[in-house]
Amino acid sequence: MPSRRSIILTAVAAFVATAIGVAISYAIHWFPAQASTQASNTDTLYHVLVIASIPIFVIVVTVVLYSAWQFRMRPGEELKDGPPIHGNTRLEVFWTAIPTVLLLGLVGYSFVVLRENEKKPAREIQIGVTAQQFAWSYQYPPSVTGGAPISSDQLYVPEGESVQFNLHSKDVIHAFWIPAFRIQEDVVPGITVRWRATPDRLGNYPVVCNLLCGVGHSLMRSTVHVVSAAQFQSWLHSQLSPAGGAAPGGASG
Amino acid sequence: MAARLRGPGFYRASWMMVLGVGFSTLLTWLVRMSTGHSTFRHFLSGDAILTVSLLAVPLAFLVGIGGFDYWFYWATGRPTRAEDHSGHGAYSWKDYFRVNTDHKVIGVQYLVNSFFFLLVGGLIAMLMRAQLAQPGSQFMDANTFNGLFSVHATLLIFLFMVPVFAGFGNFVIPLMIGAPDMAFPRLNALSFWLLPVAGLMMLGSFFAPGGAFADGWTAYAPLSTNAPIGQTFFSIGIQFAGASSIMTALNFLVTIITMRAPGMSFFRMPLLVWANFATSLLVVIATPFIAASQFLVLLDRALGFNFFNAGNGGDVLMYQHVFWFYSHPAVYIMILPGFGIISEVIAVKARKPIFGYRMMAFSLLAIVGLGFTVWAHHMFTSGMAAWIRIPMAITTAIIAVPTGIKVFSWLATLWRGILHLDTAMLFALGFITTFTLGGISGIMLAMVPFDIHVSATYFIVAHIHYVLFGGSLMTIFAGVYYWFPKMTGRMFDERLGKWHFWSTLILMNLTFGPMHVLGLQGMPRRVSTYASQFSGMNLFISIASFGLGLSTLVFVYNMVTSWRGGPRSVANPWRGMTLEWQVSSPPPIFNFDRLPTVVGGPYEYGVPGAVHGIFAPAPSTVAAGSNIVRAPSE
Repeated sequence: MPSRRSIILTAVAAFVATAIGVAISYAIHWFPAQASTQASNTDTLYHVLVIASIPIFVIVVTVVLYSAWQFRMRPGEELKDGPPIHGNTRLEVFWTAIPTVLLLGLVGYSFVVLRENEKKPAREIQIGVTAQQFAWSYQYPPSVTGGAPISSDQLYVPEGESVQFNLHSKDVIHAFWIPAFRIQEDVVPGITVRWRATPDRLGNYPVVCNLLCGVGHSLMRSTVHVVSAAQFQSWLHSQLSPAGGAAPGGASG
Repeated sequence: MAARLRGPGFYRASWMMVLGVGFSTLLTWLVRMSTGHSTFRHFLSGDAILTVSLLAVPLAFLVGIGGFDYWFYWATGRPTRAEDHSGHGAYSWKDYFRVNTDHKVIGVQYLVNSFFFLLVGGLIAMLMRAQLAQPGSQFMDANTFNGLFSVHATLLIFLFMVPVFAGFGNFVIPLMIGAPDMAFPRLNALSFWLLPVAGLMMLGSFFAPGGAFADGWTAYAPLSTNAPIGQTFFSIGIQFAGASSIMTALNFLVTIITMRAPGMSFFRMPLLVWANFATSLLVVIATPFIAASQFLVLLDRALGFNFFNAGNGGDVLMYQHVFWFYSHPAVYIMILPGFGIISEVIAVKARKPIFGYRMMAFSLLAIVGLGFTVWAHHMFTSGMAAWIRIPMAITTAIIAVPTGIKVFSWLATLWRGILHLDTAMLFALGFITTFTLGGISGIMLAMVPFDIHVSATYFIVAHIHYVLFGGSLMTIFAGVYYWFPKMTGRMFDERLGKWHFWSTLILMNLTFGPMHVLGLQGMPRRVSTYASQFSGMNLFISIASFGLGLSTLVFVYNMVTSWRGGPRSVANPWRGMTLEWQVSSPPPIFNFDRLPTVVGGPYEYGVPGAVHGIFAPAPSTVAAGSNIVRAPSE
């Protein structure tokens, strides 16, 4: 039988390892900047998942290391066998039931986050996204511009307002991903895929094609400019006026 | 010479392959002429001839080498060669290059062929990491890079992971269940020879005009339906690899169901047999789906069927559903046999019965069932109907439960055992820890909002390599070290084995661990260059991966030198109870000179006087009045 002392020692070590693991999980910068309300929900979910995972991993590693330490074959035991323990129903029910409950709990929580992230707000602006090998373009309908529709290779969105992106592909499948918003969806030829986010932090963030679309895939990038509502309106105006159309809109961004 | 050209073998295969090209040319010429291509120049289309050749030439090769001989003789009413099992056994290395019906020879053929493609796939990974060491183009263009990662994944999945376990199964399972061979030895031989065909075809795609297939191993339409001709090498190569898979799985199922020794009830089978049984169920049900998906792509490409052409009524998402209906179960096809190997190794090396044997068997079957209900978790961001995400997320979380049961049962088997920490056991313990990490990241990916962020990023690359490298490959190494003495009759260098283990474990984590963070930070997978903010971590990963590549050479050196000149092994070096250890190393040509009868469970370690199998007395030593003699090693 393993000694009581070694078990207590190991249990303490496992607790310390768990605590260190959790501390490290907070110290690491896992994510890029949070630039949407959805991003903070998703990041919190991730942290919960990590914190739930660390003790499970620590338990597994601890039992492996403890067994290697305490139960390894000593000189003279070359022909000995261990005790013939065939199982323990109670223990087996326990490690079936507990993970089931834990997993269902986590997946339930993830559905809450999903619902929250995808909830349709009272007010929302629509922006079209068109993908083709290997470039993005963006369509602002009259409901957004207040005038003629605009198509631009620039993506401007107002801070604090929910945006629904309507994705179209002209050729193969792409994926419209804004890591700072923590959201992506595939851009599929023949259908319109949608996703929404509420930008909540000013700045410029990468737009990445995240589904292999051919030789230019690595370079199919763009930038999303999250600007104040006033700046958004003035950018739209500069795009609407003929002069704005001539002058590259990128100058303001 | 004439006899050589007529008899089965590489000579006959060579001229038949030439004939195959001629036939393909003639066929396409006739068809194109009859369908109105008016000028002579149009009669001959390079792409069309190549496409037909890719189907016809491998078949010609298989006929030439003798894979179909018996059936042709039988079908044409000629006298079939009496099955005297003259093809059994291997007496020189040349016998491994023939159509051989001995399951032990086929097992070794499978394993060596698989490890050849492991080295090729690994080498391709080294090239990719060299390109990715710094952002920007190092020494290859994007098209070459896309070809490299596509071939890397395809070879390692279809020519390494899936067949390597069939190799173990082929060698070990008839021995474990007390059978003289597999149920269908000729089918078995044919199923092996399909593999080098598929592998060389996929490698050969690098020489195709326009380069190798470059759409990833997933080959999503419509990118794949519009790709250069290299894609056809994938579409058709998959058919051969898949056919091989299905034939072998059928063979395993029939063998396990009908050829168990007297007394070998299902609940006395070793867990490796259970694992191969479960895997074979997955293979025969799921593999036709990937075959179908690639046939549809082929028809789209070659004949303009427009299955996946959205502009002409095609359905782009349908491809992904059909593809993942195979390719998710495929993940379990690539790990369940590994679970079996780990159960064998841990029971023997911890000197204890497997904890919760029946639950171990049932959890395999649970994974088979649940494995078919989770495929669309690969498609959470695909644009499919949103509600499908909910049930698929729940089943994905639930499928972790039977896997967890297995991990906990292995841990409980270790508890209070007497652990022999040699190379095979170290790989088994290393597997438990790294596979747990891969399992945990898998559970995270079941959480839809999180998956929406990291889908198709380097987080996925990290996850899949923790599962397949930290999981499957660790079990494969454990299995090779465990059965090496049985297969070759020789012992390997234990010290080099431990070096191999520690370098693999450490470098594997250094290579794939940081990829999690890269993905969360926003680096997509399948890119030949990346934003400069990721350059530090990528350089680190590249250096670690080169070390990981070198550590494999330690393994190769150990295996090759030990096979040639290692010390002779005794029949049962690990004191295992299962039947394969009760016969000589390597086993006799027909496995059991005396028929085994199974009288107990396979892992009764520590039970006084327990045996798994007993052997009928050898004819010369029959003692009057006794017809049961204990196996000598007991």
